[in-house]
Amino acid sequence: MMGTAEMTQPTTTQAESAPPPLEPLIYDLGAPGRTGVSLPKTDVPEAPLPDDLLRAELDLPEVSELDTVRHFVRLSQLNHSIDTGFYPLGSCTMKYNPKINEDMARLPGFALAHPLQDPSASQGALALMYTLQQWLAEISGMAGASLQPAAGAQGEFAGILMIRAYHLANGEPQRTKIIVPDSAHGTNPATTAMAGLQVVEIPSDANGDVDLDRLHEVCGDDVAGMMITVPNTLGVYETNIKQIVDVIHGCGGLMYMDGANMNAMLGVAKPADLGFDVMHYNLHKTFSTPHGGGGPGSGPVAATEKLLPFLPGPIVVVLEEGDGDAPPLYGLAMPEQSIGRLKAFWGNFGMLVRAFAYISTYGAQGLRDVTNHAVLNANYIRARLKGVYPMPFDRICGHEFVCEGHWKEAEGIHALDISKRLMDYGIHPPTNYFPLIVPEALLIEPTETESKEACDQFVEAMIKIAEEAKTSPELLHDAPHTTPVGRVDDVLAAKQLVLCCRVLPDYET
Amino acid sequence: MDNAFEKGFPDMAEWNTPEDLRYTENDEWIRVTGDTARIGLTDYAQDHLSDLVFVELPDVGDALTKGEAFAAVESVKAASDVYAPASGQIVAVNTKLDDAPETINSDPFGEGWIVEIKLSNPSEVNSLLDAAAYARHCASRE
Repeated sequence: MMGTAEMTQPTTTQAESAPPPLEPLIYDLGAPGRTGVSLPKTDVPEAPLPDDLLRAELDLPEVSELDTVRHFVRLSQLNHSIDTGFYPLGSCTMKYNPKINEDMARLPGFALAHPLQDPSASQGALALMYTLQQWLAEISGMAGASLQPAAGAQGEFAGILMIRAYHLANGEPQRTKIIVPDSAHGTNPATTAMAGLQVVEIPSDANGDVDLDRLHEVCGDDVAGMMITVPNTLGVYETNIKQIVDVIHGCGGLMYMDGANMNAMLGVAKPADLGFDVMHYNLHKTFSTPHGGGGPGSGPVAATEKLLPFLPGPIVVVLEEGDGDAPPLYGLAMPEQSIGRLKAFWGNFGMLVRAFAYISTYGAQGLRDVTNHAVLNANYIRARLKGVYPMPFDRICGHEFVCEGHWKEAEGIHALDISKRLMDYGIHPPTNYFPLIVPEALLIEPTETESKEACDQFVEAMIKIAEEAKTSPELLHDAPHTTPVGRVDDVLAAKQLVLCCRVLPDYET
Repeated sequence: MDNAFEKGFPDMAEWNTPEDLRYTENDEWIRVTGDTARIGLTDYAQDHLSDLVFVELPDVGDALTKGEAFAAVESVKAASDVYAPASGQIVAVNTKLDDAPETINSDPFGEGWIVEIKLSNPSEVNSLLDAAAYARHCASRE
């Protein structure tokens, strides 16, 4: 261990020219010796920590409970959230998270359960997981589901490994190609590469659908499968989805559905009925569990009969059937040809409780209404903005739609400027520059939880910004004007990665 | 770079397309000098990617196969592969891009070159677009 005297004064990495932070770091609050907790007198003998684990130079905050509460409340007030404003972030489904989800997740039986508790003492938690598996299977029309994956991208990874394992089990190791449309989420090609397979990109046609001619050209006995999002990331239902599925199945490949856009399908169409073999859900999108910095996510994977043996595990199974008086006995089991574990313990269990609460609260008809309202809201906004913003596809959309943030008569205005200006109206920007194939893309998803008044307010702001772009473009270029932090230099931020607020004291490990 | 949509959106900008180069539909250029050639990204590509913040470069000695990705560029908007317009072996890499990826934005056809290769099959270049055809290809995507 190095001497520590010279390290008691950590240096910050902030450039001298950087403005002072809006809120001090918690390390810069408080005073030596101040504390926020009083520990009870110990009733067991004290045991010293091993010397080699003691570090005198650690710079830990010394703050009171009130210092801490005010610090984090102030930080939260600097932020935009779904609880404070409209959040039309396309492809991310930032819907309102009903507070009943939180109440249920805090029930002591769930919140205090330990993952290593004996299954006999976890029957409630296991019953919840089993029921959720069944519901997710039913909603997708699939035969079963695993709740293991920790997020959507891990769900994709599981699905593609399952497809690969299926082909290997059938003696077809040459199937190493995964077809991905050019409108896909970046996670799709990344998943394919992570699974050791090759990406074959297929272009979209002028209507935003997969180019069927090109699809035919690349199909062969080296194709493992295809990953596709429904509705696709351009916000439209694939017109030829049945033909696409038939072409892939016809050459021996399997169909993977990226479930990012399930908010446009709940109770209306089942992926298995469309011919999909495996898919993932994003509980943090479709089923209203916390999203983004609040996560963690949860990306259960559902599969048809032939892929069930390959599901990641463990999954919850019924060990003994119940009868009239006694509930079934639940336990954990690995599917017989499982691709293995993806996550410590049993997935992100707290998220499973929230999703279970959400599905229970809505019920079957309620879930169908979710989709109907989500699609209605998106089409309402799309129709009102038609003619105001260029739109690459003039057709009915799913739960989101894409428009373009530029005009010939407003040279120098980009999608980013429009997004930044929206913040001045108290609205979170839509998704920018995705899908990649639409220039200056703005992907807008209001979700079903927004009222007509909220949608109208957004539309009025967008119309106003479109006028400003032509009459006073500097308003957009310099935006946002009203937020705690103005326009950030994202080029500088991307090139000079400073990920820590201060340098940790150097020590030998 | 790939843009599948052909729409009737009026020209918003003009892109430089030097006459002495050949081009790919994926927006790479190649300048042949004898049996070696320099490769880079076009003005159209840099304009659509916007400010580049990172370039992942290959190594000298690496083999390039026509149509396959050999480098990647990242802007504040997107990450994108760079595809080989022709096959060959890399004899020089523009390491200046490590510290100054924005050189591709400021001088795409000059200082912003990416690699220099020894062509293994010089005739491959004949099938690439000439400046006029590439300019039409750019215009058709706006």
